[in-house]
Amino acid sequence: MLDSTMIELSRWQFAATAMYHFLFVPLTLGLAWILVIMETVYVMTGREIYRDMTKFWGKLFGINFALGVTTGLTMEFQFGTNWAYYSHYVGDVFGAPLAIEGLMAFFLESTFIGLFFLGWERLSKLQHLTVTFLTALASNLSALWILIANGWMQNPVGSEFSYETMRMEMTSFTELLLNPVAQVKFVHTVAAGYVTASMFVLGISAWYMLKGRDLAFAKRSFSVAVGFGLASILSVILLGDESGYEVGDVQRVKLAAIEAEWETEPAPAAFTAYGFPSNADEETHDAVKIPYLLGLIATRSLDTQVVGLKDLMREHEVRIRSGMIAYEYLQRLRNGEDTPGNRASFEDHKADLGYGLLLKRYTENPATATEEQIKQAAKDSIPEVAPVFWAFRVMVGAGVWMLLLIVLGFYFNARRVIQDRRFLLWLFVLSIPVPWLAAETGWFVAEFGRQPWAIGEVLPTGIAASSLTATDLRISLTGFIVFYSILFLIEMFLMFKFGRMGPSSLHTGKYHHECRQESPAAHGGGATPATAPHDQAQ
Amino acid sequence: MILDYETLKFVWWILVGVLLIGFAVTDGMDMGVGTLLPFLGKNDLERRVIINTVGPHWDGNQVWLITAGGAIFAAWPLVYASAFSGFYFAMLLALFALFFRPVGFDYRSKIENPTWRSAWDWGLFVGGAVPALVFGIAFGNLIQGVPFHLDEFLRPWYTGSFFGLLNPFALLAGVISLGMLTMHGAIWLQLRTEEPIVGRAKVWAKKTGILTIAAFALAGVWLSLGIDGFRVVSMPELGATPNPLTKEVVQESGAWLANYQQYPWTLVFPLLGFAGLGGAVLLSMKDRPGLGLVVSSLGLTGVIMTAGATMFPFIMPSSTNPNSSLIAWDAVSSHLTLTVMFWAAMIFVPLILMYTTWTYTKMWRRVTVAEIKAQDHLAY
Repeated sequence: MLDSTMIELSRWQFAATAMYHFLFVPLTLGLAWILVIMETVYVMTGREIYRDMTKFWGKLFGINFALGVTTGLTMEFQFGTNWAYYSHYVGDVFGAPLAIEGLMAFFLESTFIGLFFLGWERLSKLQHLTVTFLTALASNLSALWILIANGWMQNPVGSEFSYETMRMEMTSFTELLLNPVAQVKFVHTVAAGYVTASMFVLGISAWYMLKGRDLAFAKRSFSVAVGFGLASILSVILLGDESGYEVGDVQRVKLAAIEAEWETEPAPAAFTAYGFPSNADEETHDAVKIPYLLGLIATRSLDTQVVGLKDLMREHEVRIRSGMIAYEYLQRLRNGEDTPGNRASFEDHKADLGYGLLLKRYTENPATATEEQIKQAAKDSIPEVAPVFWAFRVMVGAGVWMLLLIVLGFYFNARRVIQDRRFLLWLFVLSIPVPWLAAETGWFVAEFGRQPWAIGEVLPTGIAASSLTATDLRISLTGFIVFYSILFLIEMFLMFKFGRMGPSSLHTGKYHHECRQESPAAHGGGATPATAPHDQAQ
Repeated sequence: MILDYETLKFVWWILVGVLLIGFAVTDGMDMGVGTLLPFLGKNDLERRVIINTVGPHWDGNQVWLITAGGAIFAAWPLVYASAFSGFYFAMLLALFALFFRPVGFDYRSKIENPTWRSAWDWGLFVGGAVPALVFGIAFGNLIQGVPFHLDEFLRPWYTGSFFGLLNPFALLAGVISLGMLTMHGAIWLQLRTEEPIVGRAKVWAKKTGILTIAAFALAGVWLSLGIDGFRVVSMPELGATPNPLTKEVVQESGAWLANYQQYPWTLVFPLLGFAGLGGAVLLSMKDRPGLGLVVSSLGLTGVIMTAGATMFPFIMPSSTNPNSSLIAWDAVSSHLTLTVMFWAAMIFVPLILMYTTWTYTKMWRRVTVAEIKAQDHLAY
């Protein structure tokens, strides 16, 4: 049996590196489109400030993108290095979208990103805009393929287990592509990325306004981001992930865990706004409930039921027992007793093989598991509820907060008085980390809420790991923590440095710090004179 | 499904080879450039010239490596699983070294501090030299067989150690890999920079080229005399449902020469390796780096195809349990997956080649110190 410490550490390593990777992805997804908008205005109007905006925000984009690429490499290596059995067991299905992502999207993005940064002097305006557009398109296509792969982990459609090859095999590429879970995930994830980039640009632009620096530059950047941000935050909230929670058992469990709904309640179910869920007691202590709300959020209807966790665990126990039979016949088939009878019996229970494999955590041979082990496996067939419950609430809270800010920002920006709303501008500055909080907690809900499965109903996380030792993992995890911490410090140092410098970092001679050098008196006189030369240039 | 399973299995062996060759010719060149950076650039401006020759392209080039990894995952899942987890620390070493590249290229010239810049220069050196060395060492170990086996549920178990990977033959393979990519990078720099870097690049192209030829020849002799190859004694028909546990394999001396004896035309690969490497050195010496780069690419193709042709159909032979060896006929994905992936490759690889060519054309010039000075805040 695999070492349980090793499995635990492998999970920590994957979680840490994946969540770290996703610090950089959402900003790339959204900022790329903001650059496209800014450069389009430049190409259409010929106003240089929009070129400077594209270049400056592009600089910050580049600092972020470099770490996105770096940490993305880890993701590609890690399935093989640390999740070898997973790679074998589902590579036939899961590998395809990853490889196509490389061919269709990542190649395009990476080939043109270099020209985005270094091609300004060598490409015509329209060519450069095309390059920027293709980079943005490709980064979003990339997300599409990755989320098709991830959607399959949540809801494994279009595939079937083969006892001969001892793995999942693709039966329909179209079903894999059109997986409803993948589709809602894609919309939700990229829109969240757009919000992240909007909040990033809004926060930094707000800071320039508060400092009275580069007002023309800051206000235009703010305008672009607030419009883009409003459309995006509405998409994230209205086209939330919930509609994907009706499909597949794992998603149903996740939904019940998010709501800490232990008992199946008559529709429409109440929403637990607050409480302390406990897996041990199978109830939520000190719960504060709001009637009807869950039914509306989760099912968008008044009469669809949300199944409770206790009922789900009872269903799982039945499937675990069926999975034990599947495992028994799988052993026979693998040992050469390939008779039509064994094959037929296996086929009857094949759909529950994954549930049988859940027992691997307690016994070498699931076919002979004890009653106690079966009960335990059923109890462990749902995730820890409390972290999922709370992470979801943090995400929603962050989303609502951003909606509020962006709506206010949009309103005051439309009335052209945003630079006078100093309190609101400070809120924008201080809220720069909020979209990341939402994105990370959102992914936590999606992935931690999927446990104990690596692939929903198919492959338990525990047996998906490589045959390594805990020592191997201690060394590699330490390596990742050291490297990633250093890289994070360097990235933040550069972000702050260039964020503070603002468009002056372009060395065009038109912006705040450059003007100050020429006329220190103007700077002393306050904000407006310092930016005046630039505003006149418009 | 236009292509039958047997054909597709072979096609995917070729396609993985194409991706690896694509990686060597493009990103391998960048790794060579990274390896040479601290030695060919004597001051900050010269180093920036060197970096900016690959500045717009290294990122796209790196995707050959990433796609090769993805394609191995999709087309040969068991190979991806067994090799990446078996060579655990070697893979992590290559990965950590690769970390230095995206950040090195983008961050280095953003700060005007000599210590900062010099640190990233050595980072780019590590990011170039270490993966080049590790990939060669990995091939060297594949050729000798890897201590691993598959259990009844096809879980790979690796029984060797990290230091076991660093055996003499594998290190020699590492020298070939590092040497040929460094030569390739040197010729690129000869083509795309100005004096005095061009002169230094020529010297390095010659040195590393000759070293690689000598190492390649030595490896050939060593392989024919001292290394036991693997041979499939019996296996299901080629188009059968893949199951790596249904064949019988033996390890015996001379088995790695069997393909060359049975199909003498395959000798064209080692010959192409020698001719390409040698031709590249000569063309570099004669100040023809443009043609030299093409010939050098052919040389890399020859060397990589030699490793492939020597081992075919083996991909990852097992030294401890030869029957667990992974071969091109039984370590593959299903017929449907190979078909889908085949069409994806047929559509996208030509597109990739087209737009990659466009970007090279657009950015084509000799990078000069004057240009870097003029674009101080734009260039890498």
